Amino acid sequence: MAKSTSSDAQMLIRSLRTAYAATPTNLKIIDLYVVYAIVTAVIQVVYMGVVGSFPFNSFLSGVLSCVGTAVLAVCLRIQVNKENKEFKDLPPERAYADFILCNLVLHLVIMNFLG
Amino acid sequence: MWWLLNSLNIPLSVETVCVFTAPIFSANAAWATYLLTKEVKGTGAGLTAAALLAMVPSYISRSVAGSYDNEAVAIFALILTFYFYVKTLNSGSLFYATLNALSYFYMVCSWGGYTFIINLIPMHVLLCIVTGRYSSRLYIAYAPLVVLGTLLASLVPVVGFNTVMTSEHFSSFLVFVIIHMVALVYYIKGILSPKMFKVAMTLAVTIGLTVCCAVIAIFIASVASSPTKGWSGRSLSLLDPTYASKYIPIIASVSEHQPPTWPLYFVDINVLAFLVPAGIIACFSPLSDASSFMILYLAISAYFSGVMVRLMLVLAPAACVMSGIALSEAFDVFTRSIKFQAGDINSESSIAQNDVSNVDSNATTDKSETVSKEPSRKNHEKEKEQEIVKKVTSKSQNGKKLLVLPQEVSAVVILLLIALGGFYVGHCVWTTATAYSAPAIVLKSYTPDGLRVFDDFREAYAWLQHNTDVDDKVASWWDYGYQITAMANRTVIVDNNTWNNTHIATVGAAVSSPEKAAWEIFNSLDVKYVLVVFGGLVGYPSDDIDKFIWMVRIAGGVFPHIREQDYLRDGRYHIDAHATPTMLNCLMYKLSYYRFVETEAEGFDKVRRTEIGNKKFELTHFEEAFTTEHWMVRIYKLKLPKNRIQGKLKNKSSSETYSSNQTRARNTRRNPWQ
Repeated sequence: MAKSTSSDAQMLIRSLRTAYAATPTNLKIIDLYVVYAIVTAVIQVVYMGVVGSFPFNSFLSGVLSCVGTAVLAVCLRIQVNKENKEFKDLPPERAYADFILCNLVLHLVIMNFLG
Repeated sequence: MWWLLNSLNIPLSVETVCVFTAPIFSANAAWATYLLTKEVKGTGAGLTAAALLAMVPSYISRSVAGSYDNEAVAIFALILTFYFYVKTLNSGSLFYATLNALSYFYMVCSWGGYTFIINLIPMHVLLCIVTGRYSSRLYIAYAPLVVLGTLLASLVPVVGFNTVMTSEHFSSFLVFVIIHMVALVYYIKGILSPKMFKVAMTLAVTIGLTVCCAVIAIFIASVASSPTKGWSGRSLSLLDPTYASKYIPIIASVSEHQPPTWPLYFVDINVLAFLVPAGIIACFSPLSDASSFMILYLAISAYFSGVMVRLMLVLAPAACVMSGIALSEAFDVFTRSIKFQAGDINSESSIAQNDVSNVDSNATTDKSETVSKEPSRKNHEKEKEQEIVKKVTSKSQNGKKLLVLPQEVSAVVILLLIALGGFYVGHCVWTTATAYSAPAIVLKSYTPDGLRVFDDFREAYAWLQHNTDVDDKVASWWDYGYQITAMANRTVIVDNNTWNNTHIATVGAAVSSPEKAAWEIFNSLDVKYVLVVFGGLVGYPSDDIDKFIWMVRIAGGVFPHIREQDYLRDGRYHIDAHATPTMLNCLMYKLSYYRFVETEAEGFDKVRRTEIGNKKFELTHFEEAFTTEHWMVRIYKLKLPKNRIQGKLKNKSSSETYSSNQTRARNTRRNPWQ
C-alpha cells in the first residue's frame, strides 16, 4: 500500500512537472515573483519570531505588503493567462495597468503604515 | 468639505455645511443604490431601487438636514462598497477591486458597522465556493480586498491592530486561506489529467488534514484564552441579544439598541416589507453571483435588524434593492404583455386554461410553464378571478413562447402598482413630517383647546446661560449633555459622547444615593447645578424618573453598593406609597418631586399614573434654583457647606470648608444644614 502511494506520488510529481513546463514563459516569471514574495513574507515572520514583535505595525505592514503583492501577482496571472476563457476580451495592457495601479495603492498604504 | 468649499471661494459657514452634509450624502446613496442594482439586475431595477431608497423613512431618519450623524455617510459608503464588490465580481477587473478596497476604507473611517461588511463578504465567498460557483473573478474580487482592506483598516486609529487581533475579522482571514486552497485545487485540476488529479487529491487530503488540525488546535487555544473570545462588546451584543443587558448596561440602555417592534418595520420600510419576498424570488430565477450576494445581504441584515432598532438602517438599502428588482420585473412583465398584445392582436392561436400557482415575476423565459402570480400583491383577489391565461405561441415570429396576460389585466395591474407606489410616497412623506423632523427640543401636543407648545427645555437652558457663572458645572443625565453644552454654554459632567462607563456610573450613583452621599459625590466633581427632567406634571413620558432604571443599573455595574434590588418592590419600580425607602430617599426622587404637592396635580404623577409616596419633604443639601413653566426641567443648586460649629457658637451664617473628621461627631444630633 505504501509502495503504491509512493510510486503514485512520484508519478504525480512527474506529471505535475511536465504539465507545468508547458506554461508559457511570462506566466512562469509571474509565478517566480509570487514565490519570491511569499518567501520574503516567511522570512519576515521568522524574524519576528526571533526578535519579538515590538513595532507591530511595521511587522504587519511588511508581511502584508509581501502577501499583497503575491495576491496581486496571482490576479495578474489569472488575467493574462491566455487559456483562461473568461478573460479573453481583456487586453493584457489593461491587466498590467490595473496591476500597477493596485500595487501603487498598496505600497502607498504600506509606506504610510510602516511608521 | 467646508474647507474645500471655502478654498473654492464659496463662503459657507461650518453650520451650513454640517446641516447639509447628511442630505448630500443621502443623495449620493441613492445614486450608489442605482449602481448596485444595475449590476445585479439591470437599469430598470436600478432606477426603481434608487427612487425607493431616496424616500425610505428608515434612512431619512438618519439623514435629515441638521442631523450631523455619521450614519448618513456610512450607509452611502456601505452601498458603494457593495457596488464595487459586485462590479468586480461581474467584471473581474483589478481596477474595481482597488476601488472596492478604497471605499471599504471610507466605510471603516465613518462607522463601526464596517465589521458587517468584512463578515458578509467572506460569507458570500464561502457560499459561492460551496455552491460550486467558484471562478477566478471571485478570487480577484476577494483576495485583494482582504489584504488591502486589512491594511487600510489598520490605518484608522480607532481600529488599529484590532484588524488582526479581534475575532470580528477572523472570518475574512479564514476565508482568505480557504479561497487560496480552492484556487490551488482548481489550478492543479486544470493542468493535470483526471487520474493524476485523483491521486493528488488523496495525497493532499491526508497531509492537509493533519496540518489543518494542528493549526486549528493552536488557533482555538489562543482564542479561548481571552475572556470574550476576542469579540468586542458591540459584536457580542449583536450575536447574543441578551449579552448587553447582563454585562454592559450602558449599551443596553440606549433606546436604539432595543429590539424593534413589528409595527416599526412597517413604519420604517413600509410597502417594501412585502415587496422584499417577491424580490428574493426574482433574484433566484437567474441566480448569479450578484443576486446570491443580495439575498445573503438581505437575510443577514434582516436578522440583525431584529436585534437592534438601529440596524434597521442597514436593512433599508437591502430592502430597497430587492423591492426595486421586484417592482421593475413586475412592470416588465405587464408592459411587455401590453406591448405584445397591442402589436400582435391577430395571432391568438390557442387559448388554454391553466392552473394558477405562485408566480415567478421573471416569467418570460422559453419554458412554457404555468403562469403564477406575485404573492405579495395587494390586489390578490382581483387576480384570482382571472384564471384564464392565454398562452400565445408566436410561430410566426422568433419561435419564442411568451407568457402573456390579457391586456386589460395588465393595464389594471400597472395602475394598481402605480397606486402602490403612491401609497409608499404618501407614507414616507407623512412619516418624515411627523416622526422625524420635529425638533426634539420643542414639543407640541394637540389638546382640545388647540396647540400647546412646551418650550421648557429652551427656557431652562436660557436660564442657565443667563443666571449662572460661566465656570459653573452642571450635572445631568448624559442625554442632555450636548444640549446643555450647546444652548446653555456650560460645562457638563457627562454628555452623549462619553465613552467612559465609570464616569456615567458616577453620575448615576450620585442620583441614586441619599442626599448627603449625593452631595459629596457632586462636590468632589466640582458641580454647582444639577438638572433634572421631570414629566409628571404634563405627562412627558421620557423623563429622568423613567430612565432611572438604567441609572441604577449602570451605577450598579461599577459601584456594587448600589443594588437594583433595593429600589424594587416585588420586582417593579414604584414611586408611590409602595416604594422602598431607598427609592423614596434617593436624590432623583427628591429632586423630581420636590414641592410637587403644591401644584395643581397635588402629587399625582401623570406619567406613572399614581400618587407619589413621599409627599412633603424638605431638601437639606440642595436648593431649588429654577423650575420651568410646565415643571419639565428643574435645576437645583448645591448648598454650600455649613461652618463647622466650634464650641458653643450657633452662628448659622459663617462659612468654612466641610471635613469629615471627629468634630462632626459632636454635631450629628443637631442638623448642621438647617
